[in-house]
Amino acid sequence: MSSTAHTHVAHRDDYGSRMGMWLFLFTELILFGGLFIVYAVYRYMHQQEFHLAAQELNTTIGMLNTIILLTSSMTAAMSITALQKGNVRFSMSLIVVTILFAGTFMVNKFFEWSAKIHHGIYPGSKELVMRPEGEILYFGLYYVMTGLHALHVIVGVTIFVFVLVFMKTGTVNQTAYVKLENAALYWHLVDLIWIFLFPLFYLIH
Amino acid sequence: MSDHHSQENVHVVDYGKYIFVWLSLLAFTGITVSVSGINLGNWTVVIALVIASVKSWYVLNYFMHLRHEDIVFKIFISVALITLAIFVSLTFLDYSFVR
Amino acid sequence: MVNVAGPADKIEPSFLEVSTNKYKGILSWLLTVDHKRIGILYLFSMMTFFSVAVVFGFLIRLELIAPGRTIMGPQMYNQLFTLHGIIMIFLFIIPGLPAVFGNFFLPIMIGAKDVIFPRINLFSWYLFITGGLIAVISTMLPGGSADTGWTFYVPYSVRTTTNVIPALAAAFILGFSSILTGLNFVTTVHRMRAPGMTWFKMPLFVWGLYATAWVQILATPIIGITLALVIVERFLGVGIFDPALGGDPVLYQHLFWIYSHPAVYIMIIPAMGIVSEIIPVFARRTIFGYRFIAFSSLAIALFGSLVWAHHMFTAGMSDTAQFVFSFLTYAVSIPSAIKIFNWVSTMYKGSIQLDPPFLYVLSFIFQFSIGGFTGLMLGALSVNIHLQDTSFVVAHFHYVMFGGTGFGIFAAMHYWFPKMFGRMYNKKVATWAWAITTIGYNALYFPMFIMGYLGMPRRYYDYLPEFQPYHVASTIGSWILILGLIIMFTNLIVGMRRGKKAPANPWGGATLEWTTQSPPILENFHTIPTIEKGPYDYSQFEIPAAKEAQ
Repeated sequence: MSSTAHTHVAHRDDYGSRMGMWLFLFTELILFGGLFIVYAVYRYMHQQEFHLAAQELNTTIGMLNTIILLTSSMTAAMSITALQKGNVRFSMSLIVVTILFAGTFMVNKFFEWSAKIHHGIYPGSKELVMRPEGEILYFGLYYVMTGLHALHVIVGVTIFVFVLVFMKTGTVNQTAYVKLENAALYWHLVDLIWIFLFPLFYLIH
Repeated sequence: MSDHHSQENVHVVDYGKYIFVWLSLLAFTGITVSVSGINLGNWTVVIALVIASVKSWYVLNYFMHLRHEDIVFKIFISVALITLAIFVSLTFLDYSFVR
Repeated sequence: MVNVAGPADKIEPSFLEVSTNKYKGILSWLLTVDHKRIGILYLFSMMTFFSVAVVFGFLIRLELIAPGRTIMGPQMYNQLFTLHGIIMIFLFIIPGLPAVFGNFFLPIMIGAKDVIFPRINLFSWYLFITGGLIAVISTMLPGGSADTGWTFYVPYSVRTTTNVIPALAAAFILGFSSILTGLNFVTTVHRMRAPGMTWFKMPLFVWGLYATAWVQILATPIIGITLALVIVERFLGVGIFDPALGGDPVLYQHLFWIYSHPAVYIMIIPAMGIVSEIIPVFARRTIFGYRFIAFSSLAIALFGSLVWAHHMFTAGMSDTAQFVFSFLTYAVSIPSAIKIFNWVSTMYKGSIQLDPPFLYVLSFIFQFSIGGFTGLMLGALSVNIHLQDTSFVVAHFHYVMFGGTGFGIFAAMHYWFPKMFGRMYNKKVATWAWAITTIGYNALYFPMFIMGYLGMPRRYYDYLPEFQPYHVASTIGSWILILGLIIMFTNLIVGMRRGKKAPANPWGGATLEWTTQSPPILENFHTIPTIEKGPYDYSQFEIPAAKEAQ
C-alpha cells in the first residue's frame, strides 16, 4: 500500500491506473470470449461446412492484415520507450505510424468485406440463405466477429488520437505517461484478438 | 501482498527487443499459415490455437510488459483466462455428448 | 443502546454541504465525483425504479387474484411481468448493494478518501440512468414494451414485434455500468487500503464487494455480447440464434445463464456481507469464523460460475451436462451454509439488541434459508423436471432475491441511515414496518411454493379454479407487503428530514465508518487512519461495569 499516495489531494497512482486498465481488458477478453464460445460450438456442429466456407476467404489479405497489426503493435510499444527516453517527437511519430497501420488494416478490411458483399454473401442475403446452415453460421460469425474487432480498431485509433493531443499539450510526458501505456495496452488487446481470429477464420483447411 | 510498489520502478524496454519479438511473431505467423496447408485432421485447429497462444504469450509479456508487472497482474490474468476456460469447457459438457 | 462518543462528534460541514465542484444545488450533485454523493444518487434513482417495479408487481398480483381477465389483457400482463423483471433485476437488485452502499461505504471502511477512479464512478451512474431511461422510454414507443420476460429467450425475442431492441440495449448499458463499478472496487481495494488495513482486517462487507466485483468484471461481458447478438439478429438476421438459419436457441440459454446465474451471486454476496457486518454489532460479539466467511465469499463467486445450466434442465441438454451441473449446484450450497452457520454461531451467547437493522437480518436469514433449501430441491434433476417453470421457481427466486437481498438492502438502509444522513429514523415505526413487511412478504410468496408444487405454471395469465385460494392468499400478502414498504419508506424519508441528530456511532460498531462524524466530511477522515485492530474487535468499547457483569 502506498501510503504516500494519500497525502496529495489529487493523488496519482500509475500502478492503479494500469491495474484498472487490465481489468477492463479482461472484460473485453470475455466479451470476445462469448463469441469464441459461439464459434466453437457451431464449428463443432458443422465442421465440414466451416471448412468449405473458409475456402472462400482470401488468406493473403488475412495474413497481410495480421502482419500489419503485429507491426502496429510493435510501433505502439516502441512509442512508450521513446517517451521514457524523452523523445516526445519520435514517440508521437510512432503513434502516428500506428494509426496509419490501423487505417491500412481498415482499408483492407473494407475491400475484403465489399468483395464478399459484391458476391452476395452477407447476412440475410438470398445467396447465403440458400446455402447449408453451417455456412450461414460461418459467415454470420465472420461478419459479427471481424465487425466487432474492426469497431475496436476504430476505438483504439480514437484513444491514440486523444493521447496525441495530450502529448501535444504536455499532459502526457516523460514522467507521466500512464495514459499512453493504457492506450497501448488496449491496442495490444486488439492485436491479441486478431491473433486468434486469423487462424480461426482464414486457416481452416 | 506484493502490490506495494508504485510507479517508481520504471522499465525501459530496448527497441531492439521489440524488433526481436516482432520478428518472432512474424515467423510464427508464417508457420501457422504454412502448417494450415497440411491436412492433419482434427490436429489442425489444435496446432493453430497453440501457435496463436504462443504469439499471445509474446505479446502479453513483451509488448504489454507483463514481465515487469507485479505478481498480482499475473494472478489476475490467470483468473480471467481460467474463467474463460471454465465457460468454454462446461458449455462443451452439453455439446460434446449425445443430447 | 451503546452510545460511544467518538472523537468526530465535533460537527463540521459534511459531504452533504460541501461539494467537490464549484456548483451549487442540483448541479453540485449531478457533477459530483464524491463517492458518498454518487452512492446517494444511486440510492434515490434506484428506489424510484424499485417503486415503479413494485407497482407493476402489485398489478400482476391483482390480475391473478381470480382466473380469467380481472384488470388487464394477456398482452399487457406479459409486458408487465417483463418490465417488473427487467427493472427489479437490472435496475434495483444488481446495482442495489454495490452501487449504493458499496460506493458510500467501501472507501470509508478501508480508510480511503474516495474510490480510485472517481470520475469513472460518476460515469457509471450516468450509464445506469441512461440504461434506465431507455428501458422506460421503450415502454412508450409504438409497438409496446417488450413481452419476452426478463430472460429474452430466443427465438421469441427475435420474432416478437414489441420493442425488444431498446430493452436489450438498456440491459447492455446497465451491464457496462455494473462492470465499471466492479473495476473501480477491485482496484480500490488493492490500492487504497489505509496503512495497517491488511486483507484480513478488512470488514466482511468489503470482502463481499470484492468477490462481487470480480463476478461483475468477468461474467457481465458475456451477457453484453449475448444481448448484442440478439440485437444484431433482429437487425440483420445473421442466423446465430435463429433456428431457421441453423442457430441453436439452447446456446443462447447457455450464454444468458453463464452471466445470469453468477449475477444472482452479484446480488446476494454483498447482502451476505451486510449481514456479516450487522450481526456482530448487535450481538456484541466478534464475528465467528472471519476467514471462513471471507473465503466463502470468494468460493461462492467461483462455484457460482460453474452451475449456470441448472436453469436449463428441461431445455434438452446432454445427460452428462445435466448430471455435472446438478452435482455442482449442490457444491455451491456449501459456502452459503458456512456463512449461515457462522452467523448463527456469532449470535450464540451474544447480548443481542433487537434494533431494526438486526430484525431485518433475522428475516434475511430465515427467508434466505428457505430460498436456499428450495434451491437445492430445484437443483436435483428429478425434482426439477417436475418443478421447472412452475411458480415454485418464482417463489424460490423471490425468497433468495427479495427475502434475501431485498431484506439485506433494507437492513443496510436502517443500519447505515444515521451515518449517511446524520439523522435517526423512528425506531418504533421501523420495527412495525419490519413486522408488516416480513408477514406480508411470506404471505405473498409462500403460497407460490404450494401452488407451484401442485402444478401452477409460472408467467401464466389464466389458471384453473383449484389454484385460486393460493392466488388470493398471495395477492392479499402483496397488499400487506406494500403497506409495510410504505410505512418503511415514509419513516425513512421523515427521519431524513426531521429525525433527531444521530451521533457518530449510534450502534457501537467497530468498523471505520463509525469513527467518522455523521454524516462524514467530504474526505471522510481528517487524517488517514492507521489500523491496528480487527473490524469486529469490541474490546475498545467495553465499559468496566459491563465487564464485571460478565
